[in-house]
Amino acid sequence: MPHPARRMLLLLACALLLLAAGCTSPQSSAPVPATPAVAVNIQNKGSDTIVNLALAWVEAYTAIHPEVSISVTGGGSGTGIAAMINGTVDIANASREIKAEEYEAARANGIEPVEFVVAQDAIAVVVHPENPVTELTLQQISDIYTGKITNWQQVGGEDRPIVLLSRESNSGTYVYFLENVVRMGEESDLLLSPDTLLMPSSEGIGAEVRQNRNAIGYDGLGYVTPAEKMLAIAREPGEPYVLPSSTSVNDGSYPIARPLYMYTAGEPSGALADYMAWVLGEGQQQVDDLGFVPLP
Amino acid sequence: MPAPTAARSARQRSNSEWAIETLIRMLGVSTIGIVAIIFLFLLTEGVPAFFQVPLDNLFGSRWYPTSDLFGALPLLLGSLLVTLVAMLIAFPLGVMTAVFVREVAPNWARELLKPMIEVLAGIPSVVLGFFGMILLAPVVRTSLGAPTGLTALTGALVLAYMALPTIISVAEDALDAVPRSYRDAGLAMGATQWQTIWRVVVPAARSGILMALMLGMGRAIGETMAVMMVTGNAARMPLGLDAILRPVRTMTATIAAEMGEVASGSTHYHVLFGVALILFVLVMAITLASASVMFRRRERGGLR
Repeated sequence: MPHPARRMLLLLACALLLLAAGCTSPQSSAPVPATPAVAVNIQNKGSDTIVNLALAWVEAYTAIHPEVSISVTGGGSGTGIAAMINGTVDIANASREIKAEEYEAARANGIEPVEFVVAQDAIAVVVHPENPVTELTLQQISDIYTGKITNWQQVGGEDRPIVLLSRESNSGTYVYFLENVVRMGEESDLLLSPDTLLMPSSEGIGAEVRQNRNAIGYDGLGYVTPAEKMLAIAREPGEPYVLPSSTSVNDGSYPIARPLYMYTAGEPSGALADYMAWVLGEGQQQVDDLGFVPLP
Repeated sequence: MPAPTAARSARQRSNSEWAIETLIRMLGVSTIGIVAIIFLFLLTEGVPAFFQVPLDNLFGSRWYPTSDLFGALPLLLGSLLVTLVAMLIAFPLGVMTAVFVREVAPNWARELLKPMIEVLAGIPSVVLGFFGMILLAPVVRTSLGAPTGLTALTGALVLAYMALPTIISVAEDALDAVPRSYRDAGLAMGATQWQTIWRVVVPAARSGILMALMLGMGRAIGETMAVMMVTGNAARMPLGLDAILRPVRTMTATIAAEMGEVASGSTHYHVLFGVALILFVLVMAITLASASVMFRRRERGGLR
């Protein structure tokens, strides 16, 4: 029979072994240092608004440059920037500007984010196709989303409650919409009504708008399907109501348009610099195809 | 070395037995250890929230984390509302099903039903969420007159469905443990089969059935994906009679939707862990309550 002390010792050894295994595994699975020899791998993550555009770019670019491989994932602007701060991606896609505290956090980790404006996007306000309302002013949209207007009758529609749809708060589209539409670009503490449904995806908004006549939603122009109806929007009550399009964004008549960004971790060099130059040059051809607005 | 073979093999056996025993003991202890580590992790990451955010903000009614409003009350109430309604639907249904499967159904039906109930438990929650979003939500909107189909009720219906297998199998085990003599005695007294089931067997199994409720509730309150897809995620206070036909935002959906975005170490990050801590404590309380029911049953002499 084993001696009790020996038994204790063995137990301790086993426990230590287990602990050691647990401690070392994260280190051994740490990211492998990039080997720039044959294949170059670029990690690209962020805004769900940009993800389809980024994929189209990658497809076109890797057709000419098969030695470069680029992986694209979505998740939201905040997610992409957080990943860049943590050093896990080379490019973060964002549909909003980097926040001061995110910039500071990146610098604290030794990463200097470099900003590129890569395309423009109009934000379309969408409703069910059978909704008789066709146009709204910015003020009306703001009042709807803050909960001041709660029935379609108040803006010339049917006697139906308004169901507010929004993206989650980690979405760059949400931040842009809150600052430029709900707060109308002014300093204020207006917030989206607590009754606003926060949908985890663009598709969630699309699905609800397509089937619910009470719903109003907003999303990037590239994500609006023919089964949703876009509203014409006026800056001020007297001004003309304008539908979103490439033309109306470039001539500045459509009021809710914004730049789309890519942030690189540090000044890009090598393959990354080539790719960014291509995106800003030839890559602009893809922008229009996907419903975004090319850089002027 | 020449040694008596019998003695040597006996020693070997006792050695291997000791090794196996030790291994099992270690695995058993490590399960508890992992729970303890998770709790400790939640504590270290979540407790700062209670210091960084004033309590009247933290337990306020406005959840706008990107504008520094961290009122977790709508999330807590949202989780409770969805879970309670789910239990109101699932508990009677689950117990009835268990009674049917155990007491009423003929043998061939029981053998068909039991595996089917187990299949029910294996359906991925994202599939159920998708089903709820595409099929259930329009039904709730059109038939009940809710402004949108993404409501607390839709979430509760999906959760009820998900908690059913747990409730059925635990309740069925409880009924199974009621001795045959109880049923015989009931029938011998002239009671009908229904009277025997309802007045004798089910009451005798009541603590096990209560445990089924508790475990089902634990399953429901922790569910994330399906709930996130069908409840609409609006952080409104679910008060008033119409709250059930309005969207809600649960704690689990909030954590899942927002955790990917937060900068590690920020106030929002700690608050999300604080919410997780509240959730953990709630589930722990439910589990302990069900455990205490089980222990009380043992003390009383083994009858479920």
